[in-house]
This record gives sequence, structure tokens and C-alpha cells, in this order.
Amino acid sequence: MGRKKGKLFGILVMCVVSGLFLVQTAFSAESKKPYKIGAIFDISGKASALGTPEKQTAEMVVEQVNKAGGINGHPLELVFYDTASDTQKAIESVNKLVKKDKVLAIIGPSTSGESMAIIETIQNNEIPNISCAARIEITDPPKKWVFKTPQTDRQAMAKILGYMKKQGIKKIAFMSVEGGFGSGGLVQVDSLSPEFGIEVVAREKFSEDDTNMTTQLTKIRGTDAQALIVWCTDKGSAKVASNIRQLGMTIPIFMSHGIASMKFIEQAKEAAEGIIFPAGRLLVFDSLPDTDPQKKVLAKYAADFKAKYNTTADTFGGHAWDALNIVIRAIEKAGDDINRIRDEIEKTKNFVGIGGVFNFSEKDHHGLGPESLVMIKIVNGKWTYLE
Amino acid sequence: MIKRVWKVIEQFHFLLFCLLVLSLPLILRRFEAGDYYLSVLVLAGISSIVVIGLNLLMGYAGQISLGHAAFFGLGAYSSGIVTIRYGLSPWLGFALSIGLNAVVAYILAEPILKLKGHYLAMATLGLGMIFLTLFSNLAITGGSEGLSVAKLSILGYVLNSRELKEVNYYYFTWSIALLLMHLALNLVNSRVGRALRAIHASEIAAHSIGVDIAKFKTQVFVISAVYAGVAGSIFAHYSTFLCPPDFGLTQSIRLLTMGVIGGMSSIWGAVLGAAILTMLPQLLDVFAEYDILVYGLVLILAIIFMPQGMSQKISLGWEKLTGQGSQGS
Repeated sequence: MGRKKGKLFGILVMCVVSGLFLVQTAFSAESKKPYKIGAIFDISGKASALGTPEKQTAEMVVEQVNKAGGINGHPLELVFYDTASDTQKAIESVNKLVKKDKVLAIIGPSTSGESMAIIETIQNNEIPNISCAARIEITDPPKKWVFKTPQTDRQAMAKILGYMKKQGIKKIAFMSVEGGFGSGGLVQVDSLSPEFGIEVVAREKFSEDDTNMTTQLTKIRGTDAQALIVWCTDKGSAKVASNIRQLGMTIPIFMSHGIASMKFIEQAKEAAEGIIFPAGRLLVFDSLPDTDPQKKVLAKYAADFKAKYNTTADTFGGHAWDALNIVIRAIEKAGDDINRIRDEIEKTKNFVGIGGVFNFSEKDHHGLGPESLVMIKIVNGKWTYLE
Repeated sequence: MIKRVWKVIEQFHFLLFCLLVLSLPLILRRFEAGDYYLSVLVLAGISSIVVIGLNLLMGYAGQISLGHAAFFGLGAYSSGIVTIRYGLSPWLGFALSIGLNAVVAYILAEPILKLKGHYLAMATLGLGMIFLTLFSNLAITGGSEGLSVAKLSILGYVLNSRELKEVNYYYFTWSIALLLMHLALNLVNSRVGRALRAIHASEIAAHSIGVDIAKFKTQVFVISAVYAGVAGSIFAHYSTFLCPPDFGLTQSIRLLTMGVIGGMSSIWGAVLGAAILTMLPQLLDVFAEYDILVYGLVLILAIIFMPQGMSQKISLGWEKLTGQGSQGS
């Protein structure tokens, strides 16, 4: 490439750049003014088992709202972006939703790592965000614009440890995935286990991309742990479960609320048998007494979801149902005033959702108590209610 | 007359490009989503800087690197750690990022650049993996949990605050990009540039006419790493969150693809490739869930029909337009 040739490009680069923008703007014209809500979930990455039902649920709720005449006559529009569990994509999506799509609020993302990553961007853009991820640090300490619907990892861990204590388990091993969710679990098990008189005798880490975790498991087998907690979402957990069976380990296996999806049982197959985990009531709503305030809401959501997508509803879709409905209720009261929407979200009281009964306040942007979790055991490929 | 216009454009093309970059925010301000497009252009500017460095190394000197995201990450984490962990000025972060990249690249250049072809590719691939492992496991980087980084402020004046929107960071990023671009353009047209191209064409021939191969290779490797480091620092303060996967193999490949699509042996190609690959996903929004398919298709077609990169096709088209014959290559 000679110097003269090299000199020619400037103006052409210009043309291409400005051309691209003209094409872009031609597509963003619109006529009506619906209420727009942004949604960011992972439907193609490591947490797609979480993001897919979340997206489906959000679409279903929007459809139902619009069939019923929208919000105060305004149609509701969902603007969805796939984050693929990529923190950078999540940040870019938030920017896009705020600056380009001009949404009123954002629900999601699916995973703790992404949720922690977007906090700065959310706060800076001053847009209400209801996260569907678990880590307690997302809303503790509370951030002005960030809320979340799933039970925290701390609550889930406390539930498991409480159950173990009753079973007389004193020594445990802990295995967590690398990343936001796993490190959150590790922090919680270390800070909570002394309270329950339980000692963590082994801590192992694995990557979700690993195909084989027998090295870590062999180490754990060599300790005197009476039970093992695996802290990961469905894909990694299923691999660990298979490895546990291959090694013939017989100690009780506990997992996080990150496996509360049929996808886990489908992936782990018979290796899923006997695994115990904490989750919201949705998975076992049939076993609930009729007096339970959530039972009706749960039954309707489960039936609607099954009718529309022909798959079993799970708690992840539930997180999105809760997030979206809380936003919708806020918009009903506040219209399209973003500051007031945030205030209304914060005022949410006694909202009966899928995850539990929500009570937000200035100091609590999470809003669920520990009673929202139940212990569930996988028996014959089905969820059964333990306590 | 028209010939004279072409001449003027040709003569002042870099200035014209600078003018375009400076005036874009004024044009985009008219659009409702203008601020969003500026944020995309900031990312394009950051990628441009890395790809310019990468093109110097690969397109001009002919040394492959599949691990450039490592230097990008090293720059980003330098800035992040200096400001967050030690609470020092972000400018110290920039200085450390440049210094650290230069030193690391200088040390690594000696053993790595002795390799050729596939072996060099493998070594740089390994280099990328080693750095990724460090980013994910060192306590100081926040590991796989990620690291929050403060926004960039000059004399207590936050560059990318909500009130100022994107425009200041846009000017900040692009003035550095244009400066580095100018330096690179001068470099490739200098004695050093000719030496690099000679090494690319044939190391033995270059050596025989007295080109100090080892010295030039080391120099270009260091320059290329420094470019990536600067971009990493700008990125850290812009994104405000760093996570190891951002600096893994996928990122290295993405940067490489930008160079290939734009044209490896051209500085303009680097900017063009970075701009196109950053903006393309935004334009493909209209295809909703199928965007990734179209994206792949566009890349495949680009490689089939423009194996030398877009910049070369454009330069040929320009020559046709202005009625000039091809002059050397």
C-alpha cells in the first residue's frame, strides 16, 4: 500500500460512518407513544436456563396487560436485549435502553455478575432497575435506583444451613462456581456457618466451562465432610451432579436456588435424584395449604405459562413476573414520570408475587423475608416439598 | 476543477477526518437517540486505538498476535487498580498502564518474537491465556467477581457524568485516538515503517540489507502493546466495570477481525474496521433475534469479496472515481 493510496481513505471513511447513521435513524421512527419497559436477560449464554423463562414470562405478562387494555389506556411495549451473561453486553444494553429506546424502567439481568456490573451505569443514568439476580450485595447496601426480586443468596444459604443443623450435620464441604454468584455463595457460607455450629472443611472452585470436576470432588471425598453444598446455576450444577454419581459419593448433596428449573433435572437426569435445595414456593405450589396467600397467584402463573409455552414454569420466570408486575403497578400510579416510578416501586407493600410477598422500603430494596423459601428434594425426577 | 477538489481532499484527508470526528456530536445532537450513538462511537474509538496498534504489528511487521486482549486488559486493570485500590489519580493509572505495557511487552518480545508463523500464533495465544488466568485469580483484580472503576475526572470535573452525557468522553477518546492515529500514519511512512514492511516481506532479505530485525520487531511490539494499554485505560473509566472475560480470547479475536475486515496493512483500515464492527450489531437490530446470523453472513461475505480488507477496496474505488491510475503498491 503506497503512501498516495493510503492517503485516500479519509473522506470515504466519513461517508461510510455517516451513511451507517442515516440507515440507523430511518428505522427508529415511530408514531404512537406506548409505555416502554426494558428487559435484559441471558437467552444464549451460560445462564440461558434462567433468562429464557424470564423473557418468556415478561412477554406473556405484556401480552396479558395489552389484551386487558394496557396501562391506563397506553399499550405496554417490552424492549428486550440478550446479554449472553456478558457483563459488557449488559452495560451496553442498559445504555441503549436508556439513551436510544427511552424506556421507563429496566427489568433483569439474570445473573449476579451482570447485575453487579450494571449498578454504576443504572445509578448514573437514573433509571429504575429491578434485578432478577440473587446476590445480596445487589441491594445491600441499598442503591437508590436498584431493586431486586429473587431471594438473596444469604437467605438461601441460611435456609440450607438451618436444615442441615436439624439433620445433625456438623462438617460440610463447599464447592462454588467462579464468578459473581459463586463468590457470593462462598462469602455467605463462611459468614453464616459458625452461627449454625457448622464447620466448612473444604472449599473448592470450578469454572462453568470445565467439563469435569472430579479433581475437586476427589479432594472433598478425602475429607470428613458429612454433606456437600454446590453453589452454581443449572449447567455447572448438572455436571457436578453427574461427576458425584460417577465417583459413587454417597453424602447428601445440597445445591443453591440456582437449580430451581426443570432444565437442571433434564440435564442431570438420574444424577439429580436426592438433591436438596431451597427455592420459592412455585415449584411445589400443589402441596401448599389453601390458606397460603400465594397459592392462587402461583397456580394461575403456572397454568398460564404451561398453556402458552407447554413447559413447566420455574422460579426464574417468577422473578421476572414479580419484577415486571411491580414496575407495571408503579407506572399505573406514576405514568411516565421516571422519578415517580422509582418512588412508587419503593412504596410497594404486600405485593403477592411468585417469589413471595414483597414489602419494599427506603432501606430494603429486596423486600422478601426468609419465610419465602422452602426446602425441596428431587425425587423420581420431580420436586417434592420437604419443609 | 473537479480534479482540484479531489486533490484538495486527498491532500487534507486526515484534517477532514478530524473535522468529521469533531463535528459528529453536533450532527448527532439533532437525533433523539444521538447520545446513544455517541456512546457507540466512544467504544468504536477505543477499539480503533487497539486495532491501529495491532495493524502496526500484524499488517506492517507481519507478526501475528492472538493475545492482544491481554495488553488491553493490562491497561484497563492498571487504571482500575490504581484508582480504586489505591485511590490515586486516574492519570497515574494512565501512566502506569503505558509504562507497564511497555515493560511487559519489552520483556516478552525477546523470546516470543523469535518464533514464526504458527508457533508465534500459539505463543501469543498462550500469552493471552496466562494473562486471563491472572486477571481471574489475583485478589487485586477482584478476580472473576469483577472490579468497579471510578469515572474519569479532570480537576474534580467528572468527564462522563449524567449531566454531560457522552459528549465529553467522546471528545476525550477521539482526540487521543486521532493523535495516536497521526503518530501511526507518520510512523508507517517513515524509515521505521519501511523497515517493518521489509521484515514482513522477507526477514532474510531485510536482514541482508542491514535492517536490525530484532530491534524493529521489539519496538513495534512495544508500541502495539502501549496502544492497547492506552485504549484499556480509556475503556476502564468508560465502562466502569471490568470483568476477566472482557479480556479473553474472544476479545482478541474480535480485535483481529476488526483489523482483517478493515484491512490489516492500513491505519485507516484499522479505524474503519473498528467502527464498522462496533456499529454493525447496532444496525442489525432490525433483524431482532436473527442479528447474529446476519452479522456472521456480513463477515463471511466481507472476507470472500474483500480479502485485503475494506480499505483496499475503497482506495481502488477512489482511484476509479478520480480517474487516477494505480500507482505502485
